[in-house]
Amino acid sequence: MSQYQFLYYGILPVLSISVVLVFIRFIKGPGVVDRVIALDLLITIGIAIIAMYSVITNQPTFLDIAMILALIAFLGTVAFSYYLQRRKKND
Amino acid sequence: MTDILIMILSGTGALFILLAAIGFVRMPDFFLRVSVTTKAATLGVGLMLGSAAVYFYNSSVTSRVLAIILFLLLTAPVAAHMIGRTAYFIGTKLWKGSIMDDLNGMYEQDTHELNSSEEQAMEGPMRERNTEDDTGF
Repeated sequence: MSQYQFLYYGILPVLSISVVLVFIRFIKGPGVVDRVIALDLLITIGIAIIAMYSVITNQPTFLDIAMILALIAFLGTVAFSYYLQRRKKND
Repeated sequence: MTDILIMILSGTGALFILLAAIGFVRMPDFFLRVSVTTKAATLGVGLMLGSAAVYFYNSSVTSRVLAIILFLLLTAPVAAHMIGRTAYFIGTKLWKGSIMDDLNGMYEQDTHELNSSEEQAMEGPMRERNTEDDTGF
């Protein structure tokens, strides 16, 4: 089994199944905070998918987008937690 | 040799990410889910990016990968702490199997100030221990 086949038929389906499982929790999650960390984990798995895709297509430019996604995940989580805390205080 | 190293790194990373996703669906409580998210996903993504660095074998790609891994390792605990603190303030319920809550009654409800001594904590209104009966998914 070559490396291309291993990455394309072994790793990417596992990552896709992980995305589906996290998305189940994203839809089902009882509270807002569950959905916020589900979004965080979705973006983190997206970084892994981008890394694998850059190896498969042999283009390292995709890793820049992975860096930007890591930044967006952190900013989104922090902004949501700040907003939720403020909303509770003003009520 | 490089192929085998890439396969081992990416396979271990994919396994950790899959375990994180399964734990994320199966865990009964928000605070347990946060621990799964921050530990396993960070290690899995780090191994995946490491396999990309081994594949390209290039100093520019390796520095980029190291920057992403460092950024993830720095920001994941901070984000998890902030969202966990917010979740405790807005009254997220604990799992019914949780046996202790050290922060119970220690926080001022309005100013979010933390008291560390027992005497001050007893004066404040004790928040009743709220647990959720739902055991998750």
